[in-house]
Amino acid sequence: MELQEENNTQALASGRRDFLRLAGLTGVGLVLGFSAKASGQKTSVVNLSADSAAVLSFELHPFIVIDNAGGITLINHRPDMGQATWQSVPMMIAEELEVTLDQIKIRQSDGLRKYGEQLSGGSSTVRTGWTRLRQAGAAAREMFLQAAATEWKAQKSDCYAENGKIHHRPTGKSLSYGELVEQASALEVPADLPLKAKKDFKILGKALPRPEIPAKVTGVAEFGMDVEVPGMLYASIERSPMIHGKVVSFDDTNAKKVAGVTQVLKAERKLPYKACESVAVLANSYWAALQGRKALKIVWDNGTLAEELDSSVYAAKLRAAVAQEAPSYTNLGDVSTALASAAKKLDAVYETPFLAHAPMEPEVAIAHVKEDGSCEIWAPVQGPDGTIEQVSAYLGIKPEQVTVHVPFLGGAFGRKAYLDFVLEAVYLSKQTKTPVKVIWTREDDIQQGPFRPAMLSSMRGGVDEKGAITAFEHTLIGESISGQVFGFFPEGKPDPWAGEAISHEESPYAIPNLKVGFTRVKTEIPIVWWRSVYPSNSSFGHESFIDELAHAAGKDPLAVRKELMKDDKRFLNVLTLLEEKSGWNKTLPAGMGKGVAVAKSFGSVCAHAFFVKKTATGLVVDRVVTVLDCGMYVNPDNVRAQTEGNIAMGLTAATKPAITFAKGKAQQSNFHQYQLLRMDEMPKMEIHLVENEEAPGGVGEPGLPPVAPALCNAIFSATGTRIRTLPVDLKKLV
Amino acid sequence: MAEISLTINGKKHELDVDPRMPLLWVIRDMAGLKGTKFGCGISQCGACTVHIDGKPTRSCSYPASAAANKSITTIEGIGSEATLHAVQQAWIDAQVPQCGYCHSGQIMSAVALLENTPNPTDEQIDSAMRGNLCRCGTYARIKTAIHKASQKGKEHGITGGK
Ligand code: FES
Ligand code: FES
Repeated sequence: MELQEENNTQALASGRRDFLRLAGLTGVGLVLGFSAKASGQKTSVVNLSADSAAVLSFELHPFIVIDNAGGITLINHRPDMGQATWQSVPMMIAEELEVTLDQIKIRQSDGLRKYGEQLSGGSSTVRTGWTRLRQAGAAAREMFLQAAATEWKAQKSDCYAENGKIHHRPTGKSLSYGELVEQASALEVPADLPLKAKKDFKILGKALPRPEIPAKVTGVAEFGMDVEVPGMLYASIERSPMIHGKVVSFDDTNAKKVAGVTQVLKAERKLPYKACESVAVLANSYWAALQGRKALKIVWDNGTLAEELDSSVYAAKLRAAVAQEAPSYTNLGDVSTALASAAKKLDAVYETPFLAHAPMEPEVAIAHVKEDGSCEIWAPVQGPDGTIEQVSAYLGIKPEQVTVHVPFLGGAFGRKAYLDFVLEAVYLSKQTKTPVKVIWTREDDIQQGPFRPAMLSSMRGGVDEKGAITAFEHTLIGESISGQVFGFFPEGKPDPWAGEAISHEESPYAIPNLKVGFTRVKTEIPIVWWRSVYPSNSSFGHESFIDELAHAAGKDPLAVRKELMKDDKRFLNVLTLLEEKSGWNKTLPAGMGKGVAVAKSFGSVCAHAFFVKKTATGLVVDRVVTVLDCGMYVNPDNVRAQTEGNIAMGLTAATKPAITFAKGKAQQSNFHQYQLLRMDEMPKMEIHLVENEEAPGGVGEPGLPPVAPALCNAIFSATGTRIRTLPVDLKKLV
Repeated sequence: MAEISLTINGKKHELDVDPRMPLLWVIRDMAGLKGTKFGCGISQCGACTVHIDGKPTRSCSYPASAAANKSITTIEGIGSEATLHAVQQAWIDAQVPQCGYCHSGQIMSAVALLENTPNPTDEQIDSAMRGNLCRCGTYARIKTAIHKASQKGKEHGITGGK
C-alpha cells in the first residue's frame, strides 16, 4: 500500500485524472483511484492479484479495494489479538456494501494515515467504526448503483444491490461489482448515504463463523513469532533484573564461544519516558542467541533500585495516602456530614496487586533499518500507526520512511501497545545493519513489565436508621498510567482516565452524599494499561463495598443495587435480567454462596452473579451467570467468547499469584510461579446479551471489572469472610 | 553440532544442530514448521505440544538428539484446511480460538486424548488438558469441542482419528 500512495501522489503531481477527495463523513480521506486505462496510460491502481497483470484493482475507499475480475478486498485497520476485529471490521463494511463474508479477502492495514486511528485498545473498534465503516460500505454501494443505472440508462431507484451485484428490478438483469468498478470509481462520492436499520441487517448481529479460525486450527495462521525475513539475525537480550539498572561492564568471552553467536553489544530498551540499558546477543538462531545470553557476565549498577522496587513498601505508601484529601471526579452532597449522622458507619481498604499481561505469545519484533535510512517492521503490535510514529521519532526519520507489517497477535491485553520491544529491534538493526528479530523469553515478559499497577481503594460509607445508604466515598489510590508513561498528570486534579466505571456518570448509584476521587502515588515499577485498565482494580473495592453497605443495611445486595439504580434504565434492566436468569432469589443449598457485581466500562454495562460452593479442598466457583448490555453488536457468539475470556482473566487476576517485587526484582519468573487459571478451574458460564438498539459499546473488556467483586461477594455469602486484598487463594477457604 | 535425522510428519530431515537444542526450535526454525508455538520454554504451558511416537510431548523441553529416529507429528501433520481432522473440525464448529496462539498445542493434546480415550468424561478432559494454558480463556469451548469430536467419532464408528 505504500507503493500505491506513492503512485497516487505521483499521479496527482503529473496531473492525471487521479484525485483525492476529503469526505468528512468518514473522518478519513476518501481516496478514489481512477484508472487511466481508457486513455491508454499506465494506471495508479493497486494490483493485488498475483495471477494476471490485466486485473486492475480500484480503491473505492481506503477500506475497500475491488478489482475488475470481481475480487473484493476489505481492510481491517485494527490488529487482531483475539478479539476478532479480523471479522468485525469487514462485517460492518460488508453489511452496507451488500457482499457476503465468503466473497471477500481481508487484509491488515499497515499504519498509513488514510486508515485513520488503528489502535486496538479501549474496546473501541466497533464503537468507533460502527457509523464510519458502514458509511464506507454504503458509499461504495451507492456508487455501484449509480454506475449501473447509467450503464442501463435506468432509474437508480429501480436498481438494488445484493451479493456483490447490482440488480435491475424491472428486467432482472444484473452487473457484478467487478464489471462496474471502473465506471463506479470515476463517480463522485455521494453525499447522501442511507444506512440500514437494525431489522434489515443481513450479517450484522449474526453468529457467523470467524474467517481466520481454519488457519488458527491448522497451524498456518502467521503470528508475530512466526515471521522470518531473509538475512535476519536473532537477538536475546539481558536486561537488568532491576529493570532500570545501568551496565557497568560485561564479559562476553563465553557468549562468543557459543556456536552461531555473531555479535554481542550493549543495547537499550526505550520506554516512553526513559531508556534502560541492556546487553544483546545476536546469533543465527534463537537458541544460540539465548545460550550466548546465558553465558554473559554483566556488572550492573542498580543504584537504590533494590529499595525503590519493592511492592510491600509501595503497598505501605498506598495505605499511608488514605488520609490525604483527594481531587474528585464526583462530589455530591457532603459525605463527611452525612457520615457524622449515620446510624452505621463503615470504612474499608481494598487492595489489588501488580499483574503481568502474559499474552501466550511473548513480545517479539523484527526490524530492518536499511542503507537509505528507512525502516521496515514486522511485529505483533496493537497499533501500526503508533508504531510508525514511535519508530520514526526514535530514528529521527520521516513517518513515510517507516513501513509496518502486522501479523496476528498471540494475545496482547494492552501489553503490545507499549512498543519497547519493537524499539529494541530497531536499535539492534540500526547498530548491526541487518534485519534483527528480538524474541523475549517468558521470564523477560513476566519480570520486566510494564505491569498492571497495584492500587488501593479507600472506602467509606454510611447507612441511616431506616436502612438507606446515605453516604459513599471511594478514593482510588495508585500510580497514574498517563502520568508515568506519558508524563501527563494534571496536578490538583484526578487522573484523566481512572474515573472509568466508578465516577457517578458510570456508576449512577442514587446515594445523596457521594464522592469519588483519585490520589496519585508514584512508583518506579513500570506500569501500563492491562485489560479493562483501571476498572480491573477499582471495581473490586467499589462493588465489594456496596455489598458491605447492603449487608449493614440488612438488605439483599442485588435488591439494593436495583433500588439505587432505578433511574438508570440500562443498569436496572441488566440487574433485573440477572436476577431472573440466575435464579437469584432461590434458596441455595447449604455450603453455597452467591455474589453479584455490576460495572459500566468502555460503553457497556456488565453484571455477573457468581455461585460458589465449599468443598473439602477449598472453595470452588460453580457457576457464573452474566448479563451484558453492549448495545448493538456485530457477532453475538464473539461477544460471548470475549466475555468468557474476561471471566477467565478476571478469575486469574483475583485468585492466582500476583507480581510482587522484593529487593528490586519481580519474584515470579514463569508460569510455575505466575500461574494462570487452568481448564479444571473454569466455571460453567451462562452469558445473556441484552437486545436493544443502543449504540454499540465495547466488548473486549467490560466483562472483566465485575469478576473480582462478584466472586468475593459470593465468598462472603458462603463463608462470612470478607476478602479485601487480592489475590485470594480459593484452596485456603475451607 | 551434530548430524541428526528427524522424521517430522512423515518427512525425513537431516539436520546439523546443537544436540541440546530443544526440539521446538528445530521444528520451527530448522524444519520451518511454525505451527508449533513457544510459550514458556519450561513445560508449563503446552503451546509447544507435539506427538513423539504418538505421545503428547512438550517440545520446548525435549532435546533434539532424543527425538532422533522417532516419529514426530506437529499440528501441520494432523490435518490441513482441505483435510481437517475431526478435532480441528470440532474446533471450528465450536469457534474455539480467540488469539489462537495456544491452539496448536491444545489440539495436539486433544487428539492424543481422544486416541486413547474416545469418550472422555469432563474429568478426563480436565486432567488431559490442564497442562495447556490459554490466556484468552477458551477453556469452556475446548471442552465443548472435545465432546463434539468424540460424538462425531462415535457416529462414524471410529475412534479419534480422521
Ligand atoms: S513452550 Fe513448551 S510448555 Fe510452554
Ligand atoms: S486463544 Fe489466545 S491463548 Fe488461547
